[in-house]
Amino acid sequence: MEDKPGEIKVRLCGRSGNGVMLMAEEKEGSAAFPGFEPKIVAFACYYCAYSAADLAGSMRIQYPPNVRIIELPCTGKVNPQMLLAAFEEGADGVYVAGCMEGDCHFLRGNLRAKRRVQYVKGLLDEIGVGGARLEMYNLSSSMGPRFAEIAREMTERIRALGPSPLNKKAGAGRVQEDAAGG
Amino acid sequence: MIVAERKPMEEILRLVDGAKSILVAGCGGCVTVHMAGGEKEVEVLASLLRMHYKMQDKPVEILTQTVTRQCEPEYVRELAENVAKADVVLSMGCGVGVQFIAEHFPQAWVVPALNTKFAGATLEAGVWAERCGLCGECILYKTGGICPVIRCSKSLLNGPCGGSQNGKCEVNPDIDCAWQLIFDRMKNLGKLELLLEIEPPKDWSKARDGGPRKVIREDVRL
Repeated sequence: MEDKPGEIKVRLCGRSGNGVMLMAEEKEGSAAFPGFEPKIVAFACYYCAYSAADLAGSMRIQYPPNVRIIELPCTGKVNPQMLLAAFEEGADGVYVAGCMEGDCHFLRGNLRAKRRVQYVKGLLDEIGVGGARLEMYNLSSSMGPRFAEIAREMTERIRALGPSPLNKKAGAGRVQEDAAGG
Repeated sequence: MIVAERKPMEEILRLVDGAKSILVAGCGGCVTVHMAGGEKEVEVLASLLRMHYKMQDKPVEILTQTVTRQCEPEYVRELAENVAKADVVLSMGCGVGVQFIAEHFPQAWVVPALNTKFAGATLEAGVWAERCGLCGECILYKTGGICPVIRCSKSLLNGPCGGSQNGKCEVNPDIDCAWQLIFDRMKNLGKLELLLEIEPPKDWSKARDGGPRKVIREDVRL
């Protein structure tokens, strides 16, 4: 059966001992880029964002499988090289998720990250990849639903922007399709 | 330290246009300290270049190497292997480094990735300000450690001009009047009488105006 735009396919994934986990997969792409599934990398801090992601999972909140999460001790660890590397390796979009401003476990790591993300957005604009593909978000570890909302927001933004100009030609980098992502 | 700033990408891309192989050469000296051209900045620039050429579908090889300093023959010579492989050497050192690479590799096409600005110091993380004009005849002992040649917009040597208002310079309200600073400092130190000594017109031939300068130390020559 052919995929129609807007059709939502539901897959059943078996997990031993845990029963069945549902994953909803939207194969719509967007009007401008049919069939395009964004590859998003999320740099999440251990104390807040990654915790929130974990909570979202525990709460069984659905969010797009397009997001690949990388755990950091603090978003203060991010640097321009890391963010640019994500794009070079095939990401269509990248976001950095840290603690709420003022609540960073390491006091100001998230503020440093904020400045660095702004800087790299400028670089991405300069080079023609587009600063809109990179964003900084703040949330606390209890905000499971917010994590899912951010994942959805970013996925939709990148879906509308289309594939990264670095991915338009042959071959992606190491940010590969995984089995569920399709 | 010598403080420089990266040129806009659009300009850098124009300078390296046509090359099939680019060596991005970093320097471990001043430019590393103020984060303009050290190993990390080389990595960022190399990444941006790779992205650009990938989007253009042009197979351009980007090489990277950072040496301890680009103003020392022993260190610059370490670039030899990569310089030989590259069509253009994009130096992220200050103007001195760019020239030194060119001097030591006369067959290499060397272009600057940075605009060298001034000799200055760190005010706070991320903020650097000009302090020394390299005038060749230092009179800081007379002015409480504040340089009138550089910090005074007019390089006046014997006190403020009539445009000094509320401690600010008439050229730009963001600039402190150097002579106000000098007066306050010397008053604090109790050495105001030193300012009574008239400084004669500066011998600018000792500065850059006398042509490129050289310092020789016979005692350390081999």
